[in-house]
Amino acid sequence: MSEQAADTGEVVLRLSGVVKTFPGVRALDGVELEVRAGEVHCLLGQNGAGKSTLIKVLAGVHRPDAGDVQWLGERVEFSGPQAAMKAGIATIYQELDLVDYLSVAENIYLGHEPRSLGFVHKGQAARQAGELLGRLGHGEIPAQRLVKSLPAAGKQIVSMARALSHSAKLIIMDEPSAVLAHDEVGNLFRIIRELTAQGIAVVYISHRLEEIREIGDRVTVLKDGRTSAVNLPARSTPTRDLVSRMTGRSIEYVFPPRPDTAPGETLLEVRGLGRSGEFTGVDVDVRAGEIVGIAGLVGSGRSELLETIFGARQAEAGTVVMNGKALPPGSVAAAVRAGIGMAPEERKSQALLLGQPIYRNMTLTNFSSYASAGFTNAGKEQAAAMRVADQLELRPRDVNRAVRTLSGGNQQKVVVGRWLLGDTRLLILDEPTRGVDVGARAELYQVIRDLAANGVGVLLVSSEVPEVLGLADRVLVMREGRVVREAPAAEINEEDVLDLVMAGSLTAATTEEVAA
Amino acid sequence: MSVSSEEKVEAPGGHPPHTAPAVAKTSWWKDEAQEPMRRNLGLVGVLLALFAIGAFIRPDLYSNPDWVINNIMVILTQAAAIGVVTVGMTFVIIGGGIDLSVGALIALSGVWATTLATQSFGPVGMIFTAVAVGVGAGLVNGVLIAYGKLVPFIATLAMLVAARGLAAQISGKQTQISADQFINSLATTRIVGIPLLVIILLAVAGLGWVLLNRTTFGRRTVAIGGNAEAARLAGINVRGHTMLLYALSGLCCGIAAIMLTSLATSSQAAAAELYELDAIAAAIIGGTLLSGGRGTIIGSLFGVIVFSAITNLFAIANLPTEVQNMVKGAIIVVAVLLQQVRFSSVTQFARRHGLTRAKPQT
Ligand SMILES: Nc1ncnc2c1ncn2[C@@H]1O[C@H](COP(=O)(O)OP(=O)(O)OP(=O)(O)O)[C@@H](O)[C@H]1O
Ligand SMILES: [Mg+2]
Repeated sequence: MSEQAADTGEVVLRLSGVVKTFPGVRALDGVELEVRAGEVHCLLGQNGAGKSTLIKVLAGVHRPDAGDVQWLGERVEFSGPQAAMKAGIATIYQELDLVDYLSVAENIYLGHEPRSLGFVHKGQAARQAGELLGRLGHGEIPAQRLVKSLPAAGKQIVSMARALSHSAKLIIMDEPSAVLAHDEVGNLFRIIRELTAQGIAVVYISHRLEEIREIGDRVTVLKDGRTSAVNLPARSTPTRDLVSRMTGRSIEYVFPPRPDTAPGETLLEVRGLGRSGEFTGVDVDVRAGEIVGIAGLVGSGRSELLETIFGARQAEAGTVVMNGKALPPGSVAAAVRAGIGMAPEERKSQALLLGQPIYRNMTLTNFSSYASAGFTNAGKEQAAAMRVADQLELRPRDVNRAVRTLSGGNQQKVVVGRWLLGDTRLLILDEPTRGVDVGARAELYQVIRDLAANGVGVLLVSSEVPEVLGLADRVLVMREGRVVREAPAAEINEEDVLDLVMAGSLTAATTEEVAA
Repeated sequence: MSVSSEEKVEAPGGHPPHTAPAVAKTSWWKDEAQEPMRRNLGLVGVLLALFAIGAFIRPDLYSNPDWVINNIMVILTQAAAIGVVTVGMTFVIIGGGIDLSVGALIALSGVWATTLATQSFGPVGMIFTAVAVGVGAGLVNGVLIAYGKLVPFIATLAMLVAARGLAAQISGKQTQISADQFINSLATTRIVGIPLLVIILLAVAGLGWVLLNRTTFGRRTVAIGGNAEAARLAGINVRGHTMLLYALSGLCCGIAAIMLTSLATSSQAAAAELYELDAIAAAIIGGTLLSGGRGTIIGSLFGVIVFSAITNLFAIANLPTEVQNMVKGAIIVVAVLLQQVRFSSVTQFARRHGLTRAKPQT
């Protein structure tokens, strides 16, 4: 590693003409990429452009059909992920790949446990795992805990620790920030800077341009499996250029305007809702045609609150009233019958049937409504799914494909799209734009606003504060399981929200004011 | 498996990924749908091979068309009861569960339906009893698993032991002769030359196919087996449905109990021994994923027939059952290996294929 560090700027990885086909899809169609030691090289591209496929080729998961991969000056063909890791390439995948029923430490050292004579040093593994987590600013995650019990962001941290545990020369991160809240992203960037200072190269994928501006050195843009621009300077290339190279058109990245009309009657009334250790005494109202946003850190109880309102978790205190009728606690079926829909946080484990076609995933909640006398009607379902696919720019626009073959952002569109079918009166969205590209994001915002205009109430959680502020009519700020502020979105700005959600105690607030 | 069809399917894929949806339509998903088809063709191939082996060993018999047709009916008749059970089992496995109690439930249903008291109600009483006992015990399984949160393996294992015990208790460990002419005649009746038991099997399989592929019940089953949490968050009543799946399996056991009683003109507590293993194995070699979420009725049916044909062949060749069991074991292993090879082989194939096409294209 030290010799690398001395030669910062030397090319460690060079790809040319890389091609990868899946049955029916040419995911990569001649890709060029050049990564230097000590740089953060960003990959940009729309959903389905081939970013994840490219990094899977680098990580030895896929073998390229054609093209050249040069690693440290030599042509390589990795036989599998293990070989790539041995060669010094560590990867954090977009879809988390942890083993639920192993502990945090076991996951981090899976496949390369510290051992002698075939015996694993459990204590040592746990200690080293603890150190890694500490470096990531998350010493509080117990190394012995089962990964299953961690929230999505915790899992992402564990994934990151695993990549760090490999003392690699190149670390690839596929949308690592998608599940992280604002302060966590700061942490991530600190780590990335430490890594690059040691001469380690980082390939960084994100749909958030502001992150690329902050952490990136150079940018390579993919479009439809081809490289449409290489080695652009990350800080100085105008956004307009980046977007048009990604999409082939220019997109105004704006939120749809709020309507002048006042929202309608109250749809959802939550009073004093609580679950021990998660949140207490939460009151939320959502009216017809209103978008209510919840901001807060990961771990502030946001997702738990949404799931409890939806009945996926059993409320211990308080009531949920929908349309004037109290919902029985802990019954998703009752919530769905009352017209509530929820797009959950973790698409893979909570929302998708990966082996099933897209249309069946979209109609999972309401396939019975297309059926007659218990007999399903695939034709009607496909037609309905196709309409949603058009609306959300699903790519490829073929609802008969297995969801497994879709890119991450397109899978997310399927999860949200599900609730655009049928007659949902209240839509609960947990991180709806996670992994969705700039263009489709604007599209999705418009769709959500249109729904509201049609009288649907929306309750939304997002780690991206600007998204909550830009999209919602009214904002609730949560901290440590309580609502600490409620205000119309127009009367609160990003800094207020960040102050509130961060450590947020009075002392912290006052010191900041003094500093400012 | 079939290289040429893959090539045809793949050919239009040369277009860039963003072009017309029609391109994708011809390929991937259809490919998946054709996958079970290909597996079934494989099983048909196995059947043909078994036939060829038989013809080789006993040319005297196999040259007689009447004997051959009759022998096919024998094979199908032997497959009938276990086939009905396998249909139920396929639903349970696709729904993410397993039912180890099917053999025991057949014994219990059969014994209960042939007690002197039940027989006094005539054939309708006997059939009703067998079906009710099967469904009832299946419901108990279902309640324990869905609401009692027991692991299916454990719950149905317990049911296996308990139901065999109860059957022995009821029958006093005696073989119970069925004196009912109607029930006994079921096994010997033929309709247009086809044994009634085979017709029952085909009817159950046909209904099972419709239920799985064309109804909301089937859709729920696949969804729950594919991702129970996603199904729950989509508003599907996962528990209630899981319970019904075990009741369905129990129903199939009740039907099978009548079929077996008719074949043997009697019932006993030791009937249908190890049927659970045969049914699971048949479903698996038919392409049902043991982890749930995928499977076909037709595949399971072929699986049962393959097993039955092997038994038949060994009887014809006069070989001991030990060898037969070894061959069965080997077939199960090969089938499961084929399932695992599948994905990687498809992608590997696509890669090789992509390589050969990439050059002329670019
Ligand atoms: N296993 C697979 N089988 C078939 N097609 C696939 C498979 N994996 C990916 N694809 C297809 O390859 C293309 C590129 O997908 P990829 O996941 O690389 O996109 P991406 O750039 O990472 O997008 P996102 O921003 O949404 O994560 C997509 O059209 C996708 O549908
Ligand atoms: Mg991706």
